[in-house]
Amino acid sequence: MSLDRLVELVETLRTAKLRTALTALSVAWGIFMLVILLGSGAGIQNGAEHQFRDDATNSLWIWPGATSLPFEGHKIGRNVRLTDEDYDAVKRHVDGVVHITGRFYLQGQFTVSYHGAVSSFDVRACHPDHQFLENTLITSGRFINQLDLAENRKVAVIGPVAVERLFKGKDPIGEWINVRGMMVRVVGVFEDEGGEEEQSKIYIPISTAQMAYGGASQIHQLMFTIDEKTDVEHSVAVAGQTKRLLAARHHFSPEDKRALRVRNTVEDFQRIVMLFQRIRVFIWIVGIGTIVAGIVGVGNIMLISVRERTKEIGIRKALGATPWAIVSQIVLEALIVTGVSGYLGLFAGIATLELVRKHVPPSDFFRDPSVNLGVVVGATVLLVLSGLLAGYFPARMAARVNPIVALRAE
Amino acid sequence: MIHLERVNKSYHLGHHALHVLRNVDLTIEEGELVSIMGSSGSGKSTLLNILGILDDYDSGTYRLGDALIRDLSESRAAQYRNRFIGFVFQSFNLLPFKTAAENVALPLFYQGVPRARRNALALEYLARVGLEAWAMHLPAEMSGGQKQRVAIARALITKPRVLLADEPTGALDSKTSEQIMNLLIDVNASGVTVVIVTHEPKVAARTHRTIRLRDGVIEADEDRA
Ligand SMILES: Nc1ncnc2c1ncn2[C@@H]1O[C@H](COP(=O)(O)OP(=O)(O)OP(=O)(O)O)[C@@H](O)[C@H]1O
Ligand SMILES: [Mg+2]
Repeated sequence: MSLDRLVELVETLRTAKLRTALTALSVAWGIFMLVILLGSGAGIQNGAEHQFRDDATNSLWIWPGATSLPFEGHKIGRNVRLTDEDYDAVKRHVDGVVHITGRFYLQGQFTVSYHGAVSSFDVRACHPDHQFLENTLITSGRFINQLDLAENRKVAVIGPVAVERLFKGKDPIGEWINVRGMMVRVVGVFEDEGGEEEQSKIYIPISTAQMAYGGASQIHQLMFTIDEKTDVEHSVAVAGQTKRLLAARHHFSPEDKRALRVRNTVEDFQRIVMLFQRIRVFIWIVGIGTIVAGIVGVGNIMLISVRERTKEIGIRKALGATPWAIVSQIVLEALIVTGVSGYLGLFAGIATLELVRKHVPPSDFFRDPSVNLGVVVGATVLLVLSGLLAGYFPARMAARVNPIVALRAE
Repeated sequence: MIHLERVNKSYHLGHHALHVLRNVDLTIEEGELVSIMGSSGSGKSTLLNILGILDDYDSGTYRLGDALIRDLSESRAAQYRNRFIGFVFQSFNLLPFKTAAENVALPLFYQGVPRARRNALALEYLARVGLEAWAMHLPAEMSGGQKQRVAIARALITKPRVLLADEPTGALDSKTSEQIMNLLIDVNASGVTVVIVTHEPKVAARTHRTIRLRDGVIEADEDRA
């Protein structure tokens, strides 16, 4: 297309301000809304997925409780006490267990000191596999191992918060720290995505804690990952098997919901995934609706504008314009208006998402709103094309009319 | 230049047809200055529109120069309108959103003449009709006579061989009408064949030949030359 034709087009567009503005607004608004919609959907989803980031999403968490159903002559209200033997039994007999750990609860904050530096921390006593359940990443040294466990070693793995508060940047590996009167040696440093709270934990071997704090072989919580990541049915079966095994060992009814509490993260996560699939479908329906509304809007404006311009078309034809010259003018006008405004809508939408990303603190409900550029560019192209078609057909009809018929139009 | 033979044209209004031109035979030679008169509804505009290839006819033949004007393709028709014919309307038919100069230049746009040359020629033709000072004005800012002069400049800019004017003075007072007639006579003097449809005997009197239409039939053809 020659520059000359472009100038002619732009002049016509400039003179038909209202029509141009309406078409532009309809396209820009449609694309803008689509971007905001898809971005918000992604933001909500990212927020929810973020909540799961530091935990394995294919794990079962088990807490013993008190019986609530009479069983084999036992009365209700009996406390269930899990031990290392239960840990071994589950590990050996339940199918599909991959990584398994117990937790021995150490109540309250522990005062921890190193060469005069004092602070308090949560101490977690667990098995070596614990790092796979909390997605704990070792950044130097190692995590608790089997030997630590067997020999009840006084070792600890500390987080970045402890490194900063106690060691102030010094390498902590091999150093002894005082954990509420017990001297333990730091063997590793970890990082955890679970935020400040997880970052300030101190891990020690479960056997060491059981011995030091009079726990004999008691376990307060049992956690393990299973081999299938997304198979909810399988996870429920594994949970059932575990429950039956522990029920038989401790003489309570497998139906007793209070005797043993089970949290199934496969189920939880799949529920969230399903919820988001539904939200996504909903967003797509609304998005497609927005685009269809945009297409109808652009189509209408083009139709009206061609009809409004019948007389102009008649004059141009009387002066020797070919139908092609007329059709291409109208179509190119549509292309320029919808293209430019579509781009502006796209730009405004993405800029808005960027502003939100910068100025709204990320939370579990909303974080990192982003859009698939391919999708929105595709939608823009679709709108532009529909503008072209909506301009093309009436323009072709109008351009075929006898000039004298067109000239008679008012 | 213009040669019509047994040309017929009817309009169909629902069930009955209105026979507007009946077996019209007409020859206009190159360089003639002709007026067409007749009562309202006699078919003058219809005839002129057919001559200007703005409308088609049902039967007969119409030759413009050497070309048979019949079942032309759209692009052919556009080419003849653009290169051979200039058309002036009673209601001016200027594009309201374009300046006088832009209106005058428009036919050259469809010839692919570059912008600068187009604008220069437009100013030249506006000067010819005495409106160079009005080049940058929109039609809405001009009087009827001025608008008609712009329309004539626009019709002439492509150097057509035939200028067709449908009641060019119909919307103008008698003084302005006379100016427009002077202009058309000048155009004719430069060699362009001019055909004017008019109701005004004064206008017709200044042409060399008057064709009288009555109910779509040529009733009289008076030569004054
Ligand atoms: N598009 C049309 N559809 C139907 N009838 C038409 C159409 N155009 C013109 N006519 C009829 O054809 C006849 C001739 O019309 P035309 O416009 O040629 O008359 P005219 O001689 O130019 O009249 P006037 O002096 O009023 O301009 C009239 O009866 C008119 O009503
Ligand atoms: Mg008429």
